[in-house]
Amino acid sequence: MAKKKTIRTIPQERTPVQEQDPKERARNFEEVSLGYRLEEALVEAERCLMCADEPCVRGCPVSIDIPGFIRKLTEKHYHGAYDIITDTNLLPSICGRVCPQESQCEGVCTVGETLEPVAIGRLERFVGDMAIKEGWANIPYIEPNGYRVGIVGAGPAGMACAADMAKAGCEVVVYEAFHQPGGVLKYGIPDFRLPNDVIDAEIEKLRKLGIRFECNTLVGRLFTIEQMVTEMGYHAVFIGTGAGYPSFMGIPGESLNGVLSANELLTRANLMRARDFPKYDTPLQPGKRVTVIGAGNTAMDAMRVSMRLGAEKVMCVYRRSKTEAPARVEEVHHAEEEGIEFNWLTSPIELLGDAKNNVRAMRCIRMELGEPDSSGRRKPVPVPGSEFEIETDMVVFAIGTNANPILGQTSKLKLNKWGYIETDDSLATSIAGVYAGGDIVTGAATVIQAMGAGRKAARGMKAYLGLRDSDCVYATDTDDPAGRRFGILADEHNFARVRLL
Amino acid sequence: MQPANSSFEIVAREDFSDVTFLLEVKHPMLAKAARAGQFVIVMEREEGERIPLTIADFDRDAGTITLVIQAVGKTTREMQQNCRVGTTLFAVVGPMGIPSHIGGKKKVVCVGGGLGVAPIFPQARAWKESGAYVIGILGFRNRGLVFWEDKFRAVCDELILCTDDGSAGIKGLVTEGIKQAVAKHSDIEELVAIGPPVMMKGCAEATRPHKIRTMVSLNPVMVDGTGMCGGCRVKIGDIVKFACVDGPDFDGHLVDFDDLMSRLGRYKVAEKEALERFQESCRIRGDGAPEPAAALDRPSTDG
Repeated sequence: MAKKKTIRTIPQERTPVQEQDPKERARNFEEVSLGYRLEEALVEAERCLMCADEPCVRGCPVSIDIPGFIRKLTEKHYHGAYDIITDTNLLPSICGRVCPQESQCEGVCTVGETLEPVAIGRLERFVGDMAIKEGWANIPYIEPNGYRVGIVGAGPAGMACAADMAKAGCEVVVYEAFHQPGGVLKYGIPDFRLPNDVIDAEIEKLRKLGIRFECNTLVGRLFTIEQMVTEMGYHAVFIGTGAGYPSFMGIPGESLNGVLSANELLTRANLMRARDFPKYDTPLQPGKRVTVIGAGNTAMDAMRVSMRLGAEKVMCVYRRSKTEAPARVEEVHHAEEEGIEFNWLTSPIELLGDAKNNVRAMRCIRMELGEPDSSGRRKPVPVPGSEFEIETDMVVFAIGTNANPILGQTSKLKLNKWGYIETDDSLATSIAGVYAGGDIVTGAATVIQAMGAGRKAARGMKAYLGLRDSDCVYATDTDDPAGRRFGILADEHNFARVRLL
Repeated sequence: MQPANSSFEIVAREDFSDVTFLLEVKHPMLAKAARAGQFVIVMEREEGERIPLTIADFDRDAGTITLVIQAVGKTTREMQQNCRVGTTLFAVVGPMGIPSHIGGKKKVVCVGGGLGVAPIFPQARAWKESGAYVIGILGFRNRGLVFWEDKFRAVCDELILCTDDGSAGIKGLVTEGIKQAVAKHSDIEELVAIGPPVMMKGCAEATRPHKIRTMVSLNPVMVDGTGMCGGCRVKIGDIVKFACVDGPDFDGHLVDFDDLMSRLGRYKVAEKEALERFQESCRIRGDGAPEPAAALDRPSTDG
């Protein structure tokens, strides 16, 4: 074992990752970041101090043993690194790409206090991609326990919950309304950020755990949540349907042709492959001058997709300033590199159409930042007399979503006043045995937060079913509500029913 | 117990005209769950688009649902050509939308025109089952295109056929039929209309002076059908609603039909391109869809 590393002895510079040239990539759907090569990954792995504190583990919503897997990398024990990650996260190739690491593990990295933090996300992706390339799949020996678990929604929350319940020995069926599993990973996040074959490879691993995916199934309407519990024999159910229902602003002209939600644009382009029209049948009238309202990750995706669909000019309109933009820094940076024009402190007030009801321009007003509002961000206020027009033939709303109403319409689930599903701390809903997590509980968030919620619900569901790890500690005074109720510490880290073959 | 999740078998097909055809699809769970007023989204094949189709009928015993399709665009033309008994559809998902609210009324009128004739049938049947006196009004271009007359007679207390040329029933649009019905019955409590937007608009205008509650079923452009894309947003009075999850039934007196019609055309350029390519490929293969050019010349009935 090498002697203890210090901040002085580690490589000082964060290892850069190869990226496609911005000019070229802005016109194709190939992945932007090419990922670390082996030698780059090994250099970056050396930058981890293996500090005793491990703030990164606490910064990770699913608590991956980050120093542990990086240590395996430095030892060139790649499969070992993969084993450690998949102990808590079955989907490293996805999370390595789409997690906002700068506000999670990397944001609290000890090295980051002095230098650039260790590129944990890139290392995670490296390990995940190597596993896909080498065909590794950690298929545990699973002893069936006779319990049946139904999962509603094959997105990140549902996938994470399904994996944990399958590993615990449950028979798991995941229902998906679309014709392919993956949820937002498939319809929302574009290929150049997360290629479809990576998602499919990760889903294949879930299938190998015995999880069954049933697509084309609209739960709530084909059968209800209550039916799953009472008629279909599910002992526990998890709802991870996502938020859905996109918001518009309610300004004049929103129903003009050429005005759509980011969800519609992205679903057409990504899942339905309108970008390969006419080989694929789904149409998408590409705009020449595209304006996207909003500055979150979805807005960045919508802009960068529009660019790749052949737009001459793509503009972002956001009522606050760059500092307040909710998108990941890296996403804004990539968008800027690709030539997207940002109109900060600008708010649309009206969409103007031509004689054929096609949008032709957006009337905007300049904003300035006033006093901080309830979110702590400075509230944008209009500058009187600063109205102006932007010429545009496609307007995309990426200003967030509201709760999808289907399960509220079709079940007795208790909802909060915004229509999201109400849960307790263990993510149990008002119906016994039914749990929920992800955007349909919290409103729009990130992929990894949804995965974290899926895993948290799985802990609650296991406690509910009385499933436990033989190694687990009996505790009566833990803060964990599941633990309190059943006298079981719900840390299933070394779940007894899972033995690696 | 498990729903079939892929490959949905077509067990029957019937052609009503050179553009309108019926498919019966095996899907026992869907047949069990379906109620009048709901719709499904269908993909013919993996590279296809997702198209919403109103459920025209369902047979819970046989485990089938019935779809009536008008071959007007590329996808529906292709389905007309490829969907045979024994073949399968790549995806069928549903039932979607809020079921029609049926019951509590003594006398109702059910109006179907064009593509709306088939989906008005389960409504008429459900109203009949609820104990209402049902007046059916069906619109066709001419006698040769009339279908399901017997089925309707079986569930309607009165049936008024309307044809453009008067070759069957009365001459004129369904609004003529509504005029007759309203003149004869002063106690009509509700009218349900399904058909092209321009027809539903006409129906709503015909009943407005009489203050008869009028429900219409909207079928705008959709992708997912689950409330996720917002492509199907429609103006109901001053409020924007998503037809897929807030509808598809809305108060016809509040619907902004002009907005709906304008929005139905928003992918017209691409749709036209796809159709032309399809017809070209049919010509090259020599297995063309029945008279595609002739069918194109006809006024489209889906708005």
